[in-house]
Amino acid sequence: MSNHEILKILEQDARTTPERLATMTGMSAAAAESAIRDAEAEGAIVKYKTVVNWEKAGVQKVWALIEVKIAPQRDRGFDAVAERIYRFPEARSVYLVSGTYDLAVQVVGDTMQEVATFVANKLAPIEGVQGTVTHFLLKRFKEDGDILEGPAPSRRQPYAL
Amino acid sequence: MQQLARWLGLGARPPRRALVSRRVQGIPPSGIRKFFDLLSTMEGVISLGVGEPDFTTPWHISEAAIAALGQGYTMYTSNYGLLELRQEVARYLKERYGLAYDPKTEILITTGVSEGIDLAMRAILDPGDEVMCPEPSYVSYMPCVALAGGVFVPIPTREEDDFRVRASALQARATARTRAIMMGYPNNPTGAVMGRGDLFGVAEVAARHSLLVVSDEIYERLVYDEKHTCFASLPGMQERTILLGGFSKSYAMTGWRVGYACARAEIIEAMMKVHQYTMLCAPVMAQMAALEALRTGDKDVEEMRADYDRRRRVMVAGLREIGLPCFEPRGAFYAFPSIKGTGLTSAEFAEKLLFEEKVAAVPGSAFGESGEGYLRCCYATSLGEIEEALARMGRFLRRHKQ
Ligand SMILES: Cc1ncc(COP(=O)(O)O)c(C=O)c1O
Repeated sequence: MSNHEILKILEQDARTTPERLATMTGMSAAAAESAIRDAEAEGAIVKYKTVVNWEKAGVQKVWALIEVKIAPQRDRGFDAVAERIYRFPEARSVYLVSGTYDLAVQVVGDTMQEVATFVANKLAPIEGVQGTVTHFLLKRFKEDGDILEGPAPSRRQPYAL
Repeated sequence: MQQLARWLGLGARPPRRALVSRRVQGIPPSGIRKFFDLLSTMEGVISLGVGEPDFTTPWHISEAAIAALGQGYTMYTSNYGLLELRQEVARYLKERYGLAYDPKTEILITTGVSEGIDLAMRAILDPGDEVMCPEPSYVSYMPCVALAGGVFVPIPTREEDDFRVRASALQARATARTRAIMMGYPNNPTGAVMGRGDLFGVAEVAARHSLLVVSDEIYERLVYDEKHTCFASLPGMQERTILLGGFSKSYAMTGWRVGYACARAEIIEAMMKVHQYTMLCAPVMAQMAALEALRTGDKDVEEMRADYDRRRRVMVAGLREIGLPCFEPRGAFYAFPSIKGTGLTSAEFAEKLLFEEKVAAVPGSAFGESGEGYLRCCYATSLGEIEEALARMGRFLRRHKQ
């Protein structure tokens, strides 16, 4: 079992060093390092990456959420179709959901045309896909727990007794 | 013209007297006010001089207040505070500490523990009554005792005792005029906590001398490694205790101005009398927010506590690493390292540190004589800032090594 305290800290800041993790949790540096190795080995840590706000970097990207209705297959349910979709790098996230459709797919591309083409030529024709509804994202406010604008400025007085 | 002036009573001036009452003049000016005003004009300062959370109030709590405004909660409440909130405070104290307070007569909603301290002093002190107070102590205690006509009796605590107050020290200073002990654990500025055993000693002194105990437990939820003991939960102590509790620190609600006081009905009635004429009631939207906090804010408190704990370890380890001995603070969000090795007074140290390295911290002497030789460093600030502050302090210490 992974050390949850360490995972919580790394989820907030992937760059936290093992020494710092050790100080923060009160464990030894060696124990922290082995906890990280264990979490990596068992796949509890998938990878380390950076949250990028591309707009701030001057790069325009087009995001879309696509509702996908599919016909489940004997034995494999939705998994086979889901896999044929999530193998595309254009699909940023793929979820099986309850409700009026089956898969929620988030797609990113450089232009609206590119995303539309992906949906029409790649996604919709997959065998078992019965229909799609595409929602282009107009503005991304918050992603994965992070407000993309960054935190509000601190209103705190610099001192108090 | 002269006649008119005389008629208006402006003519013959009575002997000039000071504009400000002797009582207020008697309160020493805060020596570090100037220092702090200066700090607000400087750029690039990292401040460890704060005394409040760096989290904003959990959103569901703010949202509850916004909704309350929408529902027309814009009026006065009962002088005691909203009954629902008092009931919720009673439930909280029952569940957490096994205490039974009657929400109708034994709980008063205040505009923060700050008001609670003032009300308690005004309600229980007659002129000349003494209040013993472990020191270093929170800055409000002494003035509130003095403004209520009491005499503040500081009881120094020491690093060797982990800044816990010794019962023997209280015992030695108790006189026929002693009315109360006022203490705040977890402690601002030291971060000290008092365990159950330590509190038993205080309880014994209180019982022996028939003293009231004003227990400021505003940092009650910010305790690391162990569980807080509520003073009123000790055998026989509930009837002697004025328990002051709040939302400012646990729920990151400093700006809301809401807290509570619990004591036997006679005392709460007296405190309410003063509150009724000076405050009327705590702001209703803040009371609604506090209600939401007590009902569903537990998870937030735990998350914030865990976060402070991580930063606490980084701060304490960092201070020790740069050569400042620092006892282990086990509550609140302050570290209280000793700067005695530098040969500087704490005020000199803080001033030089601000000018030379742009790090602000509060000299221990601001919290009473026994705080001399120490520095209050608040770790409720981002890890990045803590690291940078420690690096600057390390540089400063190397330069001022004796
Ligand atoms: C020990 C102590 N008591 C009381 C207060 C004031 O609390 P409130 O915001 O509830 O008035 C503070 C704030 O710094 C404090 O440190």
